[in-house]
Amino acid sequence: MSTTLKRVHGYLAEFDSVKDLYHAAEQVRDAGYSRWDVHSPFPIHGMDDAMGNPRSRLPYLVFCGGITGTTVAFVLETITQTNFWSHIGLGFLQKIVETYPTVVQAKPTDIWTLPAFFPVMFELTILFSAFTTLFGLLALIGLPRWNHPLFASRNFPKFSDDGFFVCIEARDPKFSQEGTKSLLEKAGGKNIELVEDEI
Amino acid sequence: MDASATASNTPRILEREPLVLNNRSYSWITNRICGIVENKQPTLWWILMVPSVLLTGLMVFCFAYLISTGVGVWGQKQPVAWAWDITNFVFWIGIGHAGTLISAILFLTRQKWRTSVNRAAEAMTIFAVMCAGLFPAFHVGRVWMVWFLAPIPNANAIWQNFKSPLLWDVFAVSTYFSVSAVFWFLGLVPDLATLRDRCRPGLKKFLYGLFALGWRGGNRHWSHYETAYMLLAALSTPLVLSVHSVVSFDFATSVVPGWHTTIFPPYFVAGAIFGGFAMVLTLMLPVRRIYGLDDLITPKHVDNMAKIILLTGTIVGYAYCMELFVAYYSGNPYEAAAFTLRGLTGPSTWAYYWMFGCNVFAPQLFWSRWCRHNVWIVMIVCMFVNAGMWFERYVIIATTLERHMIPGSWRVYEATWVDKYTFLGTFGFFMMLFLLFLRFLPVIAIGEVKGVLPQSNPHHDDHAEPGIQEEDLMDYADRHVPKPAAA
Repeated sequence: MSTTLKRVHGYLAEFDSVKDLYHAAEQVRDAGYSRWDVHSPFPIHGMDDAMGNPRSRLPYLVFCGGITGTTVAFVLETITQTNFWSHIGLGFLQKIVETYPTVVQAKPTDIWTLPAFFPVMFELTILFSAFTTLFGLLALIGLPRWNHPLFASRNFPKFSDDGFFVCIEARDPKFSQEGTKSLLEKAGGKNIELVEDEI
Repeated sequence: MDASATASNTPRILEREPLVLNNRSYSWITNRICGIVENKQPTLWWILMVPSVLLTGLMVFCFAYLISTGVGVWGQKQPVAWAWDITNFVFWIGIGHAGTLISAILFLTRQKWRTSVNRAAEAMTIFAVMCAGLFPAFHVGRVWMVWFLAPIPNANAIWQNFKSPLLWDVFAVSTYFSVSAVFWFLGLVPDLATLRDRCRPGLKKFLYGLFALGWRGGNRHWSHYETAYMLLAALSTPLVLSVHSVVSFDFATSVVPGWHTTIFPPYFVAGAIFGGFAMVLTLMLPVRRIYGLDDLITPKHVDNMAKIILLTGTIVGYAYCMELFVAYYSGNPYEAAAFTLRGLTGPSTWAYYWMFGCNVFAPQLFWSRWCRHNVWIVMIVCMFVNAGMWFERYVIIATTLERHMIPGSWRVYEATWVDKYTFLGTFGFFMMLFLLFLRFLPVIAIGEVKGVLPQSNPHHDDHAEPGIQEEDLMDYADRHVPKPAAA
């Protein structure tokens, strides 16, 4: 006899429409659950409020990424093309890269050539911000990951077509086999299944 | 409730055409778009793919010939040091701009119709920038030294000249390509998950699954995802405006009469969007017909894009006229001579008339609604615009240099066969990439299109007329706020 140890991941319930899902989310929120999520093929406007989600913190990360980009560009350009760092007593920085400023078109080699550096500063700000957006997003949502207990459900792949799901996880302190199931039933959930995770 | 009663309460001006025709369901959209990838490609796909691959081979051959022989195989001779290569570079990079405009600017301005065309337009952007990048890379002469453009410590202890517009261009174009690719990939993730969930286990499922990153559509993910999407749109908007501005700085910061003008950045950006939309329509009109996407890319989409072409074409026409006016009004004899030679007495006036006719006069047909709704007329106008925008860059670049300051060094530019076949080859390369995109990736953003259906709004009122979403009737401040729970 083969035995596989399984752990309950949570309850998965399907809903017919965005509207039903939205109202179900409000009910789950009001019941005080915290470890749960709704799954839908597209983002639903207002769902964050229905779930009681806070605003994403991503913009703060991206702001830091953008500032880093501007700084990198400024330092790169001034170290290699101006005498600015010597003037503020940090000339050794320029020695590190052993550089000669390129003098063309009579553009100055002091800090007052700064406007000519703006395009690169701008571009690197955008570049660093964009990559921070991508990797910050992945960090915040915990992706990529190879597998997830929800993919064990035969019904779940419908989420990427026309399925609307609510999943309440077993690690939620308010989770109970009967109470959670009846809440989902009351909210209009269909095909309610207990999703299990092999361990 | 009686529909007519509601209709009478609704101000007529708020009635909108539905974005997806025939009340299609979510699964219809999934099946139709994924079907393109999953089913056998139509014969026409192969009919286009074979010559595209051959032309790509021609491009590779031309570049190989160029490297093995030297840049002299191109037609550049003093004083025309920039000719077809830079023309092609500006042409291709400009085409990309429509993709970013659709994906970023129309997103920020909440133009929901963008969802049906943004994926293909973004793909077009990336492929066009790839074609564009080839030309300056080979134009440097010794292409194996092109890494000198990157700020890498080197034995010469000489760094890039960050004060040069040409280096700004390197940063602008490479940033543009990277950010466009990130934006495109981020948009693809939920749709790759759709493809993954429809595949049988195997290599395909593995690859789609790999790039779908384990996406499972949770709202806690969507919440961050939408923020990320908005941020990328907000970053791409100034980026796209900057890229062609920086490209125009290559010319505008020089002291060549005909180039040294402050109107160049806005003029180039408008021209880029103009040419880019023409290319979007050139690609999407056949795609829509061949793959049966008429319900998703509706006459409304074509109409909107035609209007943008009309607007930007007219801005470009204004810029042409303003250049002529300033040439006269500035009192600068060199400036005046440059434009007299361009349009009246020079050797390449034919290019100037092609430019003017294709870019300024052809789009004026779009004032007529009938023309905007006739796909053949739209297609023909777009072809004129595609050609006209190439001529515009040729006029700016080559014909200006042909008649430089000193009459003794004047020389008429003649393109060689290598110039011509390389350019032709990039079209093959572009088409090949686009056809592969059609074959392997969802051509329309499935998730985004579903999101703009009326039934996707949780407050969608069953009593309202189809096509009007409740949000459309709200003040901006009231949108996305949940209704108070019914007691």
